[in-house]
Amino acid sequence: MADEQKPGGSEAPSPPAGEGAKPPAKPAADAAKPAPPKPPPPPKPPATMAATPWDSDLARAVKERFGDGILATSTYLGQDFVVTRPESAVPVLEYLKLDADFDYLVDITAVDWPKRAERFDLVYVVYSFPHSQRIRIKTQIADGFEPRTAVGMHLTANWLEREVFDMFGIRFAGHPDLRRILMPEDWQGYPLRKDYGILQQDVRWVQENLGIESGQ
Amino acid sequence: MPDTFLDSTELVLNMGPQHPSTHGVLRVILKLDGEKILGTDCVIGYLHRGVEKIAENRTYAQFNPYVDRMDYVASVSNGLGYCLAVEKLLNVEAPPRARAVRVILTELNRIASHLLWLGTHALDIGAITPVFYCFREREEALKIFEQYCGARLTTHAFRIGGLQYETYDGFERDVKAFCRMFPPKVDEYEELLTNNRIWEGRLKGVGVLTGDECKEYGVTGPVLRASGVKWDLRKAQPYSGYEQYDFEIPTRENGDTYDRYIVRMQEMRQSVRIMEQAVEAIPAGPILGKVGKVIKPPVGEAYVSIEAPKGELGYYVVSDGSTQPYRVRVRPPSYVNLQALDKMVRGALIADVVAVIGTLDIVLGEVDR
Repeated sequence: MADEQKPGGSEAPSPPAGEGAKPPAKPAADAAKPAPPKPPPPPKPPATMAATPWDSDLARAVKERFGDGILATSTYLGQDFVVTRPESAVPVLEYLKLDADFDYLVDITAVDWPKRAERFDLVYVVYSFPHSQRIRIKTQIADGFEPRTAVGMHLTANWLEREVFDMFGIRFAGHPDLRRILMPEDWQGYPLRKDYGILQQDVRWVQENLGIESGQ
Repeated sequence: MPDTFLDSTELVLNMGPQHPSTHGVLRVILKLDGEKILGTDCVIGYLHRGVEKIAENRTYAQFNPYVDRMDYVASVSNGLGYCLAVEKLLNVEAPPRARAVRVILTELNRIASHLLWLGTHALDIGAITPVFYCFREREEALKIFEQYCGARLTTHAFRIGGLQYETYDGFERDVKAFCRMFPPKVDEYEELLTNNRIWEGRLKGVGVLTGDECKEYGVTGPVLRASGVKWDLRKAQPYSGYEQYDFEIPTRENGDTYDRYIVRMQEMRQSVRIMEQAVEAIPAGPILGKVGKVIKPPVGEAYVSIEAPKGELGYYVVSDGSTQPYRVRVRPPSYVNLQALDKMVRGALIADVVAVIGTLDIVLGEVDR
């Protein structure tokens, strides 16, 4: 681990140091240049995904139907996705299923970005058997926001949402059976949140149920 | 006699977690009226190891061996899916030689996985013989893996960008020999089972799922195809060069346990067909694409899925531009397919639960991750 940190660690500080050293030297080397003290563009890579807008009949139809509910329709690496407002995600799923033949809900998952105000990315992946097309629906939700369940439309959402609840603590409003699924039912904490350490455990649960001091 | 003499009461019965026919540590709580099933509840997670959490704390390459431990009877498919997902993020493609060898090994692994399914499924139903036949041929497949990479089960056969190893001398010969040897063996299994009256009696009409129900439950793989939906990711969204090969998608109409058996038997024959074509024309050239020593994909995300022996296996990988994945989500086919168990066994008998768990072909390592 320490070895891998090094290249990254040494790279990050080096560009600013290099550029900081260059500008004083540059004017002497070529005084003809009009604007030598101009700071170079920030060396940091963009922290966002370099997605391009996704424009197609379907993207336009979704935008038209939901208006402000759709924040973006983008494509990255040839994969299309729709970014919606939190309350529009499930209606978009519904629309895609009923009007655009996206009849197969592949997956529901989440990504935790603890520094962001809307902490979680909630991600739905849908597929259309007739068109052999795959779309992701993404929405940003705050901790404590309860998105609507998709079970009414896709039965498969039942366990998928249970797993998201189990791992991230996102409660789905209207879910028929929102219990933990992979972790023990009385476990405390949500393991896939970023502030849950990899060695962290529910010590009380381990002591009570396994009869040992610690699982480590 | 009191009125209650012949009354029945509902009985709740635990099947598993330690039960041979649950293929691992699956606990199914059955609500019974006599022997009839009124409802089920699956309790899973006994094998949960937090694979997705581990991924966030390893580099991309370090996580590669972990994926083998999910569906451990089809570890090659797991590795392929993960490598393809990271390659997608890096925007590189494995060279043609690597793609051909990947296809051969993945199909060989599909056969090995189906053979394990067939042997244990038949054993659950009460046929002892097929398991010995199946393991005999599975051994031949595992020997090829062992020769290739030294491991039989958790192979770690592929590397991000291509292959872990160059093929060994005689690889083509061994694969061709397997392709010649294997189809007559499938005939043997079929002779034992296909028209066997007990086999038919135990499987026909059991655990029926219609095509629409499969889509509702997100069920994929042979289970979906046995319900009349002609859908296979190798054809629908080809990857790793599958579009070059000529093969068919076997389907059946009834969606019962018997049809799923037939579909898997035919799939093994199709896998041999693919392997025969691939091994005839393994291109020469490098086995590793242009991937740096330190794998550092740009900020972004990708969802890549493949047709694993059990259904759609998806990887959703999110990169924050560092050497470690920010998030890896695995969409395991077994987990999603298992959800349909309740639907399939309601109103059936306890013995049918055993048949249905077998026919879903779940691997608990993948369900629980």
